[in-house]
Amino acid sequence: MGRYFVHLATTLLFFGYLGMAWNILGGYAGQFSFGHAAFFGIGAFTSSLLQLHAGVNPWIGMFLAGIAGLMVGLFIGYLCFRYGLHGPYFALAMLALAEMLRLGAIQWMSTRYPLGINLPILGDSLLQFQFRSKVPYYYIILIMTTAVLYLTHSIESRRIGLYFKAIRENEDAAESLGVPGFKMKMIAMSISSFLTAMGGTFYAQYYLTLDEEAAFGVAVSIEVLLGPIIGGAGTVFGPLIGAGILEFLSETTRNLLGGRSGIHLMVYGAILIAVIIFLPNGILGGLKSISRRYTRKSEGIQEGYGDA
Amino acid sequence: MAMLKVKRLTKAFGGLVAIKDLSFELKKGEILGIIGPNGAGKTTLFNLITGYLKPDRGEIHFGGENVTGLRPHEMCKRGLARTFQITQPFANLTVLENVRIGAHNRIRSSREASREALRILEKVGLYGKREELASVLSIGHRKSLELGKALATKPEVILLDEVVGGLNSKEADDMIKRLRMLREEGTTILLIEHVMKAIMSLSDRIVVIHYGEKIAEGNPMEISKDPKVIEAYLGEEYVLAKGK
Amino acid sequence: MGGVYSLVAVGLSLIFGVMRIINFAHGSFMMLGMFTTYWLYVFLGMDPYLSLLFSIPALFLIGLLVERFVIDKVLSAPEHNQLLLTLGISMFIENFALFLWSPNYRTMDIPYTNKAFTVGLVMISFPKVIAFLFAILLTVAVYYFLKKTDLGKAIRAASEEKEGALTVGINLKRIYYVAFGIGTACVGAAGTLTAPFFYVNPHVGGIFVITAFVIVVLGGMGNFIGALVGGLIIGLAESVAAAFIPGQLKQFIIYLIFIIVLLFKPEGLFGRSSD
Repeated sequence: MGRYFVHLATTLLFFGYLGMAWNILGGYAGQFSFGHAAFFGIGAFTSSLLQLHAGVNPWIGMFLAGIAGLMVGLFIGYLCFRYGLHGPYFALAMLALAEMLRLGAIQWMSTRYPLGINLPILGDSLLQFQFRSKVPYYYIILIMTTAVLYLTHSIESRRIGLYFKAIRENEDAAESLGVPGFKMKMIAMSISSFLTAMGGTFYAQYYLTLDEEAAFGVAVSIEVLLGPIIGGAGTVFGPLIGAGILEFLSETTRNLLGGRSGIHLMVYGAILIAVIIFLPNGILGGLKSISRRYTRKSEGIQEGYGDA
Repeated sequence: MAMLKVKRLTKAFGGLVAIKDLSFELKKGEILGIIGPNGAGKTTLFNLITGYLKPDRGEIHFGGENVTGLRPHEMCKRGLARTFQITQPFANLTVLENVRIGAHNRIRSSREASREALRILEKVGLYGKREELASVLSIGHRKSLELGKALATKPEVILLDEVVGGLNSKEADDMIKRLRMLREEGTTILLIEHVMKAIMSLSDRIVVIHYGEKIAEGNPMEISKDPKVIEAYLGEEYVLAKGK
Repeated sequence: MGGVYSLVAVGLSLIFGVMRIINFAHGSFMMLGMFTTYWLYVFLGMDPYLSLLFSIPALFLIGLLVERFVIDKVLSAPEHNQLLLTLGISMFIENFALFLWSPNYRTMDIPYTNKAFTVGLVMISFPKVIAFLFAILLTVAVYYFLKKTDLGKAIRAASEEKEGALTVGINLKRIYYVAFGIGTACVGAAGTLTAPFFYVNPHVGGIFVITAFVIVVLGGMGNFIGALVGGLIIGLAESVAAAFIPGQLKQFIIYLIFIIVLLFKPEGLFGRSSD
């Protein structure tokens, strides 16, 4: 029973981590990517293949995975931002990229790894990034998540965070105030892709098995962005809260309605619809609006009557 | 000393020539007004100068440097700021955050930028609204915010696009006063306006544009008597104010 | 298949042209159309082409309701939120279908549609031809509707010039309902036509949606003719390519084309910029 909760906690933090990585590009810089699985998969494949073929230690592999994700991020970022893809077009282009990588992976794996990539059990050690019990994994993801939390907070409190938000709100206006749009988007993309790719390595080391669907699947891309959207994009804790809610929902539906495939996704869909309609800024965003309205009322500020 | 030189600027969209062979100079410390009937190409001119559009032909020189083709944020870094005719606030950010973004043009630290932003807010009369979201502001306050954002970037030259339009009488007078103070502090101003009272009373010189071409240039007195100018405006209900 | 693609693309294009919404759920509606036909066949033994009489109005109604109660709320929201909403709708519908009908692949085994005949060197399957003919018929019908009827003209006016349409007294809300309904009905019909020779499964929508997106982007978002011609071209290209290229690669190329077109020519080959 304890094992189960550790697994739950680990998955929660894991999705929180991925969500926060997405959030830097999507929530703060306002570039919603529907294909973050691309980075996730690249990361997972990179570290796993390096381990299998070159005996590269998974920790080093994780760093290299991050670099690989970063390269892909820079590449697609350059293409998209240089040619002005934004909003839904950017989102779909990212989706197309992830799908292309998935198809490529299927093709590539069909002869070499028809049953998916399986990492050998090398024992129970920190060095090998493999453990028999789930608890060490929990601590690792806890550290990773805390680090990204801190990173997000740093961004939020510095000029760069405000610049990201300016780009998100109105890129043209931001440019007129000296904010370098392209550069900012590339920075956000870099951070996001690097972190997401490292998340892929964690996944590979946790489950020790990998296939193209788990790495590049649309489900991954969607689950990554659901957390931030529901919890509140562009906030520090939003993705974590969102991940928590999603996890709670998926566990509840599993217990109530049995493990039939896709039930929880249906609930996710419904929640997504509800959030977009009623709480477009996510839960944290909604709370902020409410508190704002409350402080306005209690301070009795009047709108628009002369200078204050 | 010419802060801004526009040389033989030409821009066409498809078959339509928006700006044709336009040249003028903006001298340091002056207020230059740009007027012309609707659709004459004034905002396009601003977009060209600030780098949102690339000219087909011609050059733009700023502070002695050829800046043709530079992007807007690079122009801003060099000391050129602008406002937009249709205000472009950062809707989901507070008024303070809006102006802070401008202040960050010269300032790295968040705390310092906030301080500068608060100073600017006081100048444009928005201090009391600093924690409000930009999206709830009235049109008058939006225009003030637009000005505030641009001012926060500490520009040498500021391009104002219809910053008086849409304001009521009192707000307009306040704005005019503010702009005069701005000039006194050493900022050079390029002004597009339809509100004749404002532009005639503020400008040292005026350039008149019609169908993308310069048809007249001179001080307000000269312009209001220029037959070419009167002809261009004939048919529209503009009353050219004489002097103040 | 080109005809079917055209039908799907036309529906998508119409919705985008009028409401500026990129409808992710388009594929799910097609899937609903397919299942409608399937169940009508299994339980009532109804001829699939006859079931068009059911699937078209049914999907029209579904589309209209979805529009009225769900999509309407986000018409003024930022674009990526709209996309997220349609994503949510597609997730909900797809997985609901998964829940109800299980992920099994089903096929419809209809005696007379299993025939095929040869024309020269090429083997053409009977149901595909019928699908093509019906699809073209329906597409042309929609075309005439848009061109000749008052409602159709109102829809076109609304898509080209929203403000102008309002001043002429066009009820924009009603237009949206109808447009979305038609768009959905199109894709539902496409589903019906495809069911006889394609497998029926809750996830089937996804494949068609991406191809539809590519067509719509290629032909110019909101451009009817572009969607029509684009569909035919893609359908043709696909058939030709299928002879030489393995299945996965074909999809890969479609995605590649999609990205390239988005990057370099977002107005498509037939013009009409989208924003």
